[in-house]
Amino acid sequence: MAGFPPAFLTSTSNSFIEFARTAAPEALPRMTGSELHGQVPEGTTIVCLKTANGILMAGDRRATIGNVIASHAMEKVHPADDSSVIGIAGTAGVALELIRLFQLELEHYEKIEGARLSLEGKANRLASMLRGSLGLAMQGLAVVPLFAGVDDSSPGGQIFSFDVTGGKYEEHRFHSIGSGSGPARGALKKLWEPGLDADAAVTVAVEALFDASDDDSATGGPDFVRRIAPTIFTVDSVGGVQEVDPGRILATADEVVTRRTRRAQA
Amino acid sequence: MSQAPFYVSPEQLMKDRADFARKGIARGRSVVVLRYADGILFLAENPSPTLHKIAEIYDRIGFAAVGKYNEFETLRQAGVRYADLRGYSYHRTDVTARGLTNAYAQTLAGVFTTESKPFEVELVVAELGETGAGDQLYRLSYDGSVIDESEHVAIGGQAEAITATLAGLRTSELDLRAVFNHGVRALAEATTGELPTTDLEAAVLDRTVPGHRTFRRLSDAAMAEMRET
Repeated sequence: MAGFPPAFLTSTSNSFIEFARTAAPEALPRMTGSELHGQVPEGTTIVCLKTANGILMAGDRRATIGNVIASHAMEKVHPADDSSVIGIAGTAGVALELIRLFQLELEHYEKIEGARLSLEGKANRLASMLRGSLGLAMQGLAVVPLFAGVDDSSPGGQIFSFDVTGGKYEEHRFHSIGSGSGPARGALKKLWEPGLDADAAVTVAVEALFDASDDDSATGGPDFVRRIAPTIFTVDSVGGVQEVDPGRILATADEVVTRRTRRAQA
Repeated sequence: MSQAPFYVSPEQLMKDRADFARKGIARGRSVVVLRYADGILFLAENPSPTLHKIAEIYDRIGFAAVGKYNEFETLRQAGVRYADLRGYSYHRTDVTARGLTNAYAQTLAGVFTTESKPFEVELVVAELGETGAGDQLYRLSYDGSVIDESEHVAIGGQAEAITATLAGLRTSELDLRAVFNHGVRALAEATTGELPTTDLEAAVLDRTVPGHRTFRRLSDAAMAEMRET
């Protein structure tokens, strides 16, 4: 019989991945091979912090293969849906695929169930997806996401970090992941304060990413030659997910650089 | 002594099944789908706020159904799985109403001829074009037959009465408010004449929305605001 294959009509799952695993396993990514390590692009530094209205997440744009810069313009922070964002550090191919699957997973659930997942539910779903790709982590193709958003029960927003085994941890002020996360977190510890307004939060994020790019070769700084700014998204309960204008980020980066130049040459 | 099997002619068999399905569908209340200048409006008489007859399938594809709830809910979920799998395997723009309609038609036709009981449902699959000229409306019957319509399409027990009321109206040239009121009037005239806003379910595929998902439900408040008594 033509038309829908039987699994389409009989499936009771609200998860796209679960459905695709039985109905169309060839469509899902099947990445193996630790021998790829060192030959595939990797990221990155992602920072995320709470602001007066909600959440801000920012990521640099550089991807590296070993000591070669593979891309100057990679986007590592993406909206997961219209009230949450996800940023990923690690092997680029796996990371981008995981983001695409996670976005679809949330949309699929919403359409099948006619209701949205709670923020905590989304974070748990992401954790189980990571657990499912544990084999990849063992082979060195690890990806570590940072997930944040708002929902009705937490209009101020929540930040969740994860480890490669699928462990999920809520962060209450700020967090950073990736190869440059050490310097970035150091900057956040000094600069972050409760109730940052929108402009101040962008400045803090740019400062943190600048520190990361200063000390970590796999993290890119603001690129004034190509006019490539870090990606920054904000989430609040009124406007949902919004991307900060790259022109504004570059202007902020320019101020940061000017201030640091003055200090370095004084 | 065992009963000798009776011969039933294929004509009679098909007719019996069609009558059965039609009776089931005629009991339900109707849905009407109308194009308007900036999109497509789905309008249903449905007192339940949670058991929807109208739903989102994909970015630019909407779904409306009448008949047995469990049957069209199965078909709706199959459509969402089909669209999401196709969009994931290829690209979001590669999910089309025509492909989905074909899958529905084959499934309905298969069940109609081979299963012990046909689906007691009628469906509308609508796709929003980049411009009005690209809008598509497909009406699917219980036996898998497909009709494509250009302006508006009604399904359910009072479909003929609704179509008669709307006959000759070029809704694709009107704005949402006008089309909404035409649709509500047609639904009301085909039934009791009185149709409180709380008994309506409505949604639009909106061409003016910036993101990729264009489907949006209209709240009771939004409908009451648009309604002209």
